[in-house]
Amino acid sequence: MGHAAVETGSVPAVVARGLTRRYGGVNVVDGIDLDIEAGECFALLGPNGAGKTTTLRMLLGLTPPSAGEITVLGEPIPQRARAMRERAGIVPQFDNLDPDFSVRENLITYGAYYGARRREVEARMTELLQFAELTERADEPIQGLSGGMKRRLTLARALVNDPELLALDEPSTGLDPQARQHIWERLHTLRRQGRTLLLTTHYMEEAERLCDRAAIIDHGHIVACDSPTRLIHQHIEPHVVELRGDLALQWMGRLSGGEALDGLRVDPVGETVLIYGHERDSLLDRVEALIGPGYLYRPASLEDVFLRLTGRELRD
Amino acid sequence: MKVLDHLRQPPALSLRFSAVWLRNLRVWRKLMLPSILGNFGEPLLYLLALGYGLGQFVGEVESMPYMVFLASGIVCSAAMTGATFEALYSAYTRLTQQQTWAAMLAAPMNVDDVVLGEIVWAATKALINASAIVLVAALLGLVAGPEALLVLPVILLAGLAFAGIAMIVTALSPSYDFFLYYFTLVMTPMLLLSGVFFPLSSLPEAVQIGAQGLPLAHVVMLVRPLMTGGGIDAPLLHLGVILVYIVATYWISAALARRRLIR
Ligand SMILES: Nc1ncnc2c1ncn2[C@@H]1O[C@H](COP(=O)(O)OP(=O)(O)OP(=O)(O)O)[C@@H](O)[C@H]1O
Ligand SMILES: [Mg+2]
Repeated sequence: MGHAAVETGSVPAVVARGLTRRYGGVNVVDGIDLDIEAGECFALLGPNGAGKTTTLRMLLGLTPPSAGEITVLGEPIPQRARAMRERAGIVPQFDNLDPDFSVRENLITYGAYYGARRREVEARMTELLQFAELTERADEPIQGLSGGMKRRLTLARALVNDPELLALDEPSTGLDPQARQHIWERLHTLRRQGRTLLLTTHYMEEAERLCDRAAIIDHGHIVACDSPTRLIHQHIEPHVVELRGDLALQWMGRLSGGEALDGLRVDPVGETVLIYGHERDSLLDRVEALIGPGYLYRPASLEDVFLRLTGRELRD
Repeated sequence: MKVLDHLRQPPALSLRFSAVWLRNLRVWRKLMLPSILGNFGEPLLYLLALGYGLGQFVGEVESMPYMVFLASGIVCSAAMTGATFEALYSAYTRLTQQQTWAAMLAAPMNVDDVVLGEIVWAATKALINASAIVLVAALLGLVAGPEALLVLPVILLAGLAFAGIAMIVTALSPSYDFFLYYFTLVMTPMLLLSGVFFPLSSLPEAVQIGAQGLPLAHVVMLVRPLMTGGGIDAPLLHLGVILVYIVATYWISAALARRRLIR
């Protein structure tokens, strides 16, 4: 697939200052600053209702901000949102493919919204259908497509104008693991082509695998923003032992015996106990001494950072 | 933003609306035949049944056979119904259930483009429906001459006005049920008081004066002479009223749609 991102060079993809949106007297986005470079893959992470979609919509000129300054692809938003969107592709949180059309017609019709002639879209049709792996289903109505196929078609639809910037709101939510892997692979390809990717997700693995940087948003604030590796490094001990079921109960029983826990941080989460440590060997020694083998060891992940920074209580 | 802020801002005109129109045309083409037959069967039945049955009792109206008088009225009412249904039910479905508008707005389209595209499309449907009836009327010998072709541009303008009014209702509507108010409070009275089925002059004077505010009445006053071969009284006045309706309703419906969607 050709790519249009080459010339943008030094112009940042997104600059936002003091981005704020009020709904019913509440600041659901509250003074967010963002700087995203062209060609970067950037993730917005946050619990339900954190303000991810609202932030994305403001950047795209779909929701007017209550306060703040936005520049996307060098265009002031919302004033020049139309000009910016000509160079952007959008995958919304909820699919809104056109139910009156087949797969192919969806692409042609969407191209027309960008001012593309039928012929121009037809010329890229093979490529777009292949990208979505829907070549065989090109003439089927979209009602017959699986969730994964619909998502892929929505992604292909966002590419009809060969965009420099792709904004994806939860691109893989609700998909099975195979379909999700598939989307990730597509997103990797798009990144390699030099396009800027801005996505929101609830899958920390998605952000860790795909993104150069991630911002964790909670209650409309950015609580941390850095590369996934540095976020882990800065906010959490690198080693984790996970105890489940009986082992967790056993651990808690031992603890009430008054064991000292120097250097370890214990985080009980429902039926599971997480024990974080700075050094792998001493962590494992301590755990083994208390409850023997059978525990699960893993390196700390972005998910641990996320839970640490946004707390464990349910949202919504 | 408040409603008034939106109303103060004129709609941004651009040719982008044609993509919306084209989308709807592509869908319509798939079901063209049933759609034409469905939309034109009912008015045709009215024309034949009322024209023939009622015509027996009524005889001549405004010195023409009742069927001839009625044909021009039915052309106008078919235009109104065609534009209204499209701009209410179909557009509302695309606005809500299908989220077609949301998809368009993620492309470089504005709310004003989408609303205009829907209005022009609904007017196109009005034109299609009305043309079918003009054709049948001509085949039945109910049309005076080739100047009846001038009905078509008038119908297109009328379609824009009726679609614009309906689009205001669509932009305000919380559900499909809401449309019933519009039919009972606006459409039906307008249909009965605009000279479609009987001359306005047979109504009490106060009602006649009130009817001057109804766009359908002005459409009928233009279309009837064009179809039956009479001279038009004050054509510019009628065209002017229709044009005012077109501009005002597009302005208002675009503002209301912006208020609904840009949040
Ligand atoms: N149009 C609106 N009117 C009123 N409140 C809104 C509107 N849009 C969003 N909100 C509120 O703003 C908050 C943030 O919503 P937003 O959709 O941005 O969250 P999110 O981070 O995308 O959540 P999720 O992960 O569930 O998609 C929520 O409390 C939501 O109810
Ligand atoms: Mg969201």
